[in-house]
Amino acid sequence: MGNGTSRGRPPGRIAAAVGVSVLTAGLVTACGSEEGITLNLYYAPEDTFQTVVDNCNAKAAGRYNIVYNKLQRGADDQRVQMARRLAAGDDGLDILGLDVTWVPEFAEAGWAEEWTGANRDQAEAGVLPGPLATATWNGKLYAATKNTNVQLLWYDDRITPQPPETWDEMIAEAEQLKAAGKPHNILFTGAQYEGLVVIYNTLVASAGGHILSDDGKSVVMDEGAVQALEILKRVTSSGITDPSLTNMKEDETRQAFQRGNGAFELNWPFVYASYAEEQPQDLPHFKWSTYPAVDPGVPARTTIGGYDLAVSSTSKHKPEAFEAALCLRSQENQKFSALNDGVPPSIEALYTDETPLDPTKPVNADDNPSMATAYPMRDAIFAALKDPAVRPLTPAYQSLSTVISKVLSPPSEIDPQKTAEELRTKLTDALNSKGVIP
Amino acid sequence: MSTVEDVSTTPQTTAKPGKPALSEGKRAERRLGWLLCAPAAFVMVAVTGYPIAYSIWLSLQRYDLRFPNDTEFVGLANYAAVLSDSYWWTAFATTVVLTVVSVAIELVLGMLLALIMHRTLVGRGLVRTVALIPYGIVTVVAAFSWYYAWTPDTGYLANILAGDSAPLTQYLPSMAIIILAEVWKTTPFMALLLMAGLALVPDDLLKAAAMDGANGWQRFIKVMVPVMKPAILVALLFRTLDAFRIFDNIYVLTGGQNDTSSVSMQTYNNLIKGLNLGIGSTMSVLIFITVAIIAFIFIKLFGTAAPGSDQGGKR
Repeated sequence: MGNGTSRGRPPGRIAAAVGVSVLTAGLVTACGSEEGITLNLYYAPEDTFQTVVDNCNAKAAGRYNIVYNKLQRGADDQRVQMARRLAAGDDGLDILGLDVTWVPEFAEAGWAEEWTGANRDQAEAGVLPGPLATATWNGKLYAATKNTNVQLLWYDDRITPQPPETWDEMIAEAEQLKAAGKPHNILFTGAQYEGLVVIYNTLVASAGGHILSDDGKSVVMDEGAVQALEILKRVTSSGITDPSLTNMKEDETRQAFQRGNGAFELNWPFVYASYAEEQPQDLPHFKWSTYPAVDPGVPARTTIGGYDLAVSSTSKHKPEAFEAALCLRSQENQKFSALNDGVPPSIEALYTDETPLDPTKPVNADDNPSMATAYPMRDAIFAALKDPAVRPLTPAYQSLSTVISKVLSPPSEIDPQKTAEELRTKLTDALNSKGVIP
Repeated sequence: MSTVEDVSTTPQTTAKPGKPALSEGKRAERRLGWLLCAPAAFVMVAVTGYPIAYSIWLSLQRYDLRFPNDTEFVGLANYAAVLSDSYWWTAFATTVVLTVVSVAIELVLGMLLALIMHRTLVGRGLVRTVALIPYGIVTVVAAFSWYYAWTPDTGYLANILAGDSAPLTQYLPSMAIIILAEVWKTTPFMALLLMAGLALVPDDLLKAAAMDGANGWQRFIKVMVPVMKPAILVALLFRTLDAFRIFDNIYVLTGGQNDTSSVSMQTYNNLIKGLNLGIGSTMSVLIFITVAIIAFIFIKLFGTAAPGSDQGGKR
């Protein structure tokens, strides 16, 4: 700025002008919020979720106004941002978008309000039992399910006309394909992160095992958990996985399959929409099935994902926040999000819903989709959701997940008995907030 | 300030017993000096002393934000837990390897770069600016370009050099890439500090050595390095402390997979991601102690002087 006298306005006057405009800006926003209550929603980025928010604001008719604050894209970053602000008692958070694994943590830390009475009844009505379990902790409800998600087995029917029913079959088929010089890889999320834990949790549940006790207080790691380690080891050490396995997250897995680099892909349903967009000519051959089973005749239990909506305990407008959260995840809005953003609903009735987005017009896959056109795989999703695997419910889940993904990496070096023993001690430490997480 | 200090630290010249020689005016001046310093000293204590003391206090407790009801004083149990944990020592070893190797390479390359920049006759300013560009790029941004460069399919380096494999999924290649990214980024800084040292070497000294028959290498080792020693040590101290706290390159390049996690990464995982204030604070106190030890070794044993002081590193 220099001495400020030679040209332009003196700095004092500029500072005053800036100060005045800041003050008036403050006054203007203050006036705006006087009209109704502002509810701050902190939720992951979702393309058309603003429309849902707008619909709920219209329905509230001025009683409250929901502001959609988009969190970061990465789940870890979302959690850290909310946790830090809540730990500091920030009362600017009203509605929280929680990944299904965070509810016990936020409940135990005293950051999420319990749902009771009519709110609880409404939040539980018609919800599939698996997703509902993710919103509860110690028998109490701490969130309302917004959407769920479940992985499927994806394959190309030109390579494998029939999907394998068990892991044994899938491994055998992959080895045969390899011998025949065809695309043979089994693609899944093998990087050292939550995705690897999801695969492992599915294998444990499918083998009838447990990582933690049902109350989440002690480590079990039973026979099923060891059997799951054996399968993971076998798949990754027989040359039927991608060389980049330990770097592959959801999107790398999807890309590898689309490049024709695999015979089987274990992934979330978002891959269908991407495939339809990027390789429409091959879409008729892109098929799906429920996860392969561990034991023949015993259906697999697949890990579910998704988001729940909680009311922050620091909120100054809790009754309105409960009401707004219920609106955001209502049946109608879940359907809208399912059709526009590809997030599978947690309300059971929507899986048999036939009416299109705009019920006054005929169904049209391009601009007026129904659940049938947007989710050709909805029967498989629904089948998997009937008896899914829920990741261990414990406030220490984040530490647990970090430890599991570390101990299982790289999966090809698993030594089932030894690895199970290591998991037992490390997970016990993590549950007691004693040990170091890597 | 400095005149006051000079008087008091050269006792032989003034009166000997108990320094009563200070005049009334001098004492008032000194009091004023303290008063003027006080606000700054107070702010320093508030912003650095308090957090350090608080994290030491936290490190003596079981304090997990997720279990607010189980908070208790546990004495040194957290230190025992961290210091007996293999994850911590793996990260510690990784950090030491990264620090020693990257600083050693930076010293050699930085010296070369400094010599080149020092000798440049044409476009000296331009050469120096160009050499400094990597240092001016935000580390996270640079780390992302390294990350994509070394990822198969999207990356030119991976496609040319790595064939079918993914270098960032294995221990040795990822360590090499992290070191490369560090060296690429901070060699210019090293060079800048060393160039300041080179400016201290009098031309006469070099000419005299040349007259005495010393060749280029001898002139470098026997004349330039000894004169530059304070600058070299300061450069090494700064870079060692920096390198020991490495975080962003690892965070972006590997996320700490395959044992490439540094102590700072691990502290972040326990403190911020794990919300375990007890263990996390213990780790940050341990990092603080290690950094203090490194600084102590450099300053007391090697005689590194703070830049600007005229003691020339002699103690």
